[in-house]
Amino acid sequence: MLLEVENLRVNYEQIQALQGISFTIDEGEIVTIIGANGAGKSTTLRAISRMVPVMAGSRMTCQQQDLLSFPADKVVSRLGVTHVPEGRRLFGNLTVMENLRLACFARRDTAQIEKDLARVLDIFPRLKERETQKSGTLSGGEQQMLAIGRAFMSGRRLMLLDEPSMGLAPLMMLNVFEALKDINRQEGTAILLVEQNARLALKFAQRGYVLETGRMVLAGDSADLLKNPEVQKAYLGG
Amino acid sequence: MTFFFQNVVNALQYGSFYALIALGYSMVYSILMLFNFAHGDIFMTGAYIGFGVATGLTVLAAAGTIVLPNWLILVLTILIAMFLTSMLGMLVERLGYRPLRDAPRASAAITGMMIGLILEYGNLLLLGPQRRSFPRLIQTVTYDVGGVILTNKKIMIVAVSMVLMYALHLFISRTRWGLAMRAMAFDHVVVPLMGVPINTIARLTFALGSALAAVAGIFFGLAYPVLDPYMGIVFGWKAFVAAILGGRGSVMGATIAGFMLGFIEIFVAMVFPSTLRDLIAYSIILGILVFRPHGLFGEAYSARLRL
Repeated sequence: MLLEVENLRVNYEQIQALQGISFTIDEGEIVTIIGANGAGKSTTLRAISRMVPVMAGSRMTCQQQDLLSFPADKVVSRLGVTHVPEGRRLFGNLTVMENLRLACFARRDTAQIEKDLARVLDIFPRLKERETQKSGTLSGGEQQMLAIGRAFMSGRRLMLLDEPSMGLAPLMMLNVFEALKDINRQEGTAILLVEQNARLALKFAQRGYVLETGRMVLAGDSADLLKNPEVQKAYLGG
Repeated sequence: MTFFFQNVVNALQYGSFYALIALGYSMVYSILMLFNFAHGDIFMTGAYIGFGVATGLTVLAAAGTIVLPNWLILVLTILIAMFLTSMLGMLVERLGYRPLRDAPRASAAITGMMIGLILEYGNLLLLGPQRRSFPRLIQTVTYDVGGVILTNKKIMIVAVSMVLMYALHLFISRTRWGLAMRAMAFDHVVVPLMGVPINTIARLTFALGSALAAVAGIFFGLAYPVLDPYMGIVFGWKAFVAAILGGRGSVMGATIAGFMLGFIEIFVAMVFPSTLRDLIAYSIILGILVFRPHGLFGEAYSARLRL
């Protein structure tokens, strides 16, 4: 088991955003959490990357270690759990290359860093063309590529992806998801994907969870969830 | 014309003090969205630490305990004071500001003022209200360049200040620490997601700013050899204005604005009665800010305050 979340509870501005959810992710697995706007999907990712405080009684175990004993930056640098946030959140004042270099801040393996940088530019050739450009000037798709590239540079065990399809043209979206599949296959990076586009997410992932107002209401293999009438009605448009 | 150039020299010296202090304000503001209102008093404390170190070393050298030429005493004074003052800056960050990282900014501002008062009155308690004169470590040598009077002190102050500011610029633009500082200035919320420990970056920022303020304090002590516990207040406010004028997150901005402030003050005093100096000088700066509300070189940053 790569990540085991048990009874995760988060209060967000006096609202119970997560009311004790549990789920697991295996090494190298692709898992998705689907749900409506405000169901708590992003909060779940924020809790794993230690960006929001969790309530007492919540337990998260990552690679046999208590994830809650790590501060946010160590979750990335020690556990290899990276978070590609909603809206990408690039450092628009830095160049593409500087964004990637920043993601290596805690790494000491200089030789491997150079190899990984080459690898990212190989996965996303568009970024190579824009290497010295300020990341604020990139198109939406290129920004998403850079956000994923950044995560790739900072850790490789588990990537948390928050709405990567948002604002992308269909072709670009395909591009991005292809690249994610490559990273998953070749690096063994597990992926936890949070998406409003449930069909896309379930086709991409092996397993899925359905989150409704802070509670997990369904879990199962993606194929089964895609066929589930309730899921179809609520999230797949019929 | 000589009169003009004489004033340029003086403005450069004053500008060096303002710029060195303004950089500390500017860096902390851009990285933590926080005005460190104790910074003027950190400058004062730096001057006093320099005073203490210089006096101690001078006494030891005079007693023959150690053999130290005066120039070496000065170099050691600067280095030791930079080190100790940066420790003080880190302490202020750790005890005063870190607990308030997510608190309303007004709380942090009040805390800053309080820390400033603690430093002022702590000094008063320790050394008493009388002014102290900074040891004259270097014999003033005067040069007459076409009627303009230069002194070795002024040349040193301006030159060393510029070298330090350039070094800071290189640090911020070339090292990974500087890269993390620039990233934090843009969007400090997501920086931890890059595996960057933001507390370390915050500490570093306070250390750098405080070390520069200490240099400004020692230089002030060398140029106007009188120190008093309240010297940081006016200097602090003026350097704060320079930081605002320079624009958020810009080292170059704070530097240029610091020198600009020096020039405006000196040249206003050249034309108008010196009692009106600050009124007119700051009206000019206000005028500039009307047209450039984000300062001269304000850098872009993300307005999103949470993930």
